[in-house]
Amino acid sequence: MFDDFFIRALVAGVGIAIVAGPLGCLVIWRRLSYFGDTLSHSALLGVTLAYSFSLNIAFSVFVISAVVALLLVSLQKRTKLAGDSLLGLLAHSTLAIGLVLIGFLSYIRFDLMGLLFGDILAVTTADIGLVWIGGSIILIILYFIWKSLFSATVNYDLSAAEGMRPEVSNFIFTLLLAGVIALSIKMIGALLITGLLLIPAAIARNISSSPRQMIIIAILSGILSVVVGLFASLEINTSSGPSIIVVALILFIISLVPLEIKGQLQKR
Amino acid sequence: MNENNNLLVRLKDCGVQKSSKWIVKGISLEIHKGKIVTLIGPNGSGKTTTAKMALNILKSDEGSIENYSTKMAYVPQKISIDWTMPLRVIDFMNLTSHINKDEIIEALELTGVQHLIYNEIHNLSGGEFQRVLIARAIAKKPDLLVLDEPVQGVDFNGEIALYNLIKEICTKLNCGILLISHDLHFVMSATDHVICLNGHICCSGSPKSIVKNSSYIELFGEHNAATLSLYQHEHDHSHQTDGSVKS
Repeated sequence: MFDDFFIRALVAGVGIAIVAGPLGCLVIWRRLSYFGDTLSHSALLGVTLAYSFSLNIAFSVFVISAVVALLLVSLQKRTKLAGDSLLGLLAHSTLAIGLVLIGFLSYIRFDLMGLLFGDILAVTTADIGLVWIGGSIILIILYFIWKSLFSATVNYDLSAAEGMRPEVSNFIFTLLLAGVIALSIKMIGALLITGLLLIPAAIARNISSSPRQMIIIAILSGILSVVVGLFASLEINTSSGPSIIVVALILFIISLVPLEIKGQLQKR
Repeated sequence: MNENNNLLVRLKDCGVQKSSKWIVKGISLEIHKGKIVTLIGPNGSGKTTTAKMALNILKSDEGSIENYSTKMAYVPQKISIDWTMPLRVIDFMNLTSHINKDEIIEALELTGVQHLIYNEIHNLSGGEFQRVLIARAIAKKPDLLVLDEPVQGVDFNGEIALYNLIKEICTKLNCGILLISHDLHFVMSATDHVICLNGHICCSGSPKSIVKNSSYIELFGEHNAATLSLYQHEHDHSHQTDGSVKS
């Protein structure tokens, strides 16, 4: 019934949703959504560099995202600009550099739409391996630094005082975020990756009452978005990234219903 | 017992500088097992900064810090938990170490909030949350406990009970306590060593000796000082607006 490429996209997409769940929760808790956006915008530069020097796309995106994250930290120390201004500066300048470089690479046929919004046709068997192996590594690292990362999210001083070394886990977390963006750029596209991080976690926040529950629901709603989104993408011939995000949005709206009912009941 | 075996933290001439201004300077203090050291002083006098140096959160820009503590617990002054995180009291109790449920309940019982164990943190009142914070620190069974204004927002009766609990915990766990408090009655009646801060150490010593000290009287005013002591001495130094000593 399904073509091979579709199965590949499905397997890769589910893998991404599993990794994006816990990381997305942390992005929401730490109010880092704009930071995620900046990293994913810079991912486009990573892709063009990968084409220019024929590097692995995921590797190149990871390196560029990590460099941008480090740049941000050093700019924050050197300038008096607020964090959000610096993020905007980095996001749009790296996006612009990426697009300018694409112009220079006219000898390569580029699927710009694919880069920005994801292309399921582009998912190869090697990509599946990358997503699942890379994703497993991210989750294993996350498991080991979880206590430190989570306590620092609640209160940095408390975490530092009680020997959790939050400065180390914060740094590693930045790299993990760069990692998940690198893994998902082909599927979701540079402009929409943050959506896959944020929306499932936002859905989960609406209907969960403990951190663990929120992570599990984020993973499940991420998987549901990917599966339904990809089917829709196949049926009505739309880009995979936007289709997945639209499904996630619909799930988010549905997740508001229990909140509303609860609110109404409390009023009575 | 050997004096040094009981030493948990020693600050020697420590200070913290922020954009070329000293927040605190020349801080020396020692915290020993089973003893309560209290920091008192006006707002902005560097109490929290000093506590953070003792906890290794802040690095000292001068002097040296020796920390022999193996397990520290901290009750920060203000902590706001984002509503984006669904955090229950029980999750919060396990924040930095894994504590089994019986011990969690026991600690929450001590501070009188065991009934809130499955409540979401952001639904608690200020006083209730403060009790949870103290319970969490106690449940860790630390050898060094740092409490930064631990009873803020707690009702009057609760305040006394919590202070008694802190004193009790100190003896029971034989842990060293660094306490920041504005409650001079408790400070004077229950602590072993009082340090009076205002950007530097104005005076320090046992509660008995401190109430006689002129710097203490100057910092807290005649009235407050008089409620605890009738003695008065000559001022040996006075302060400029930034807290430094006039020469």
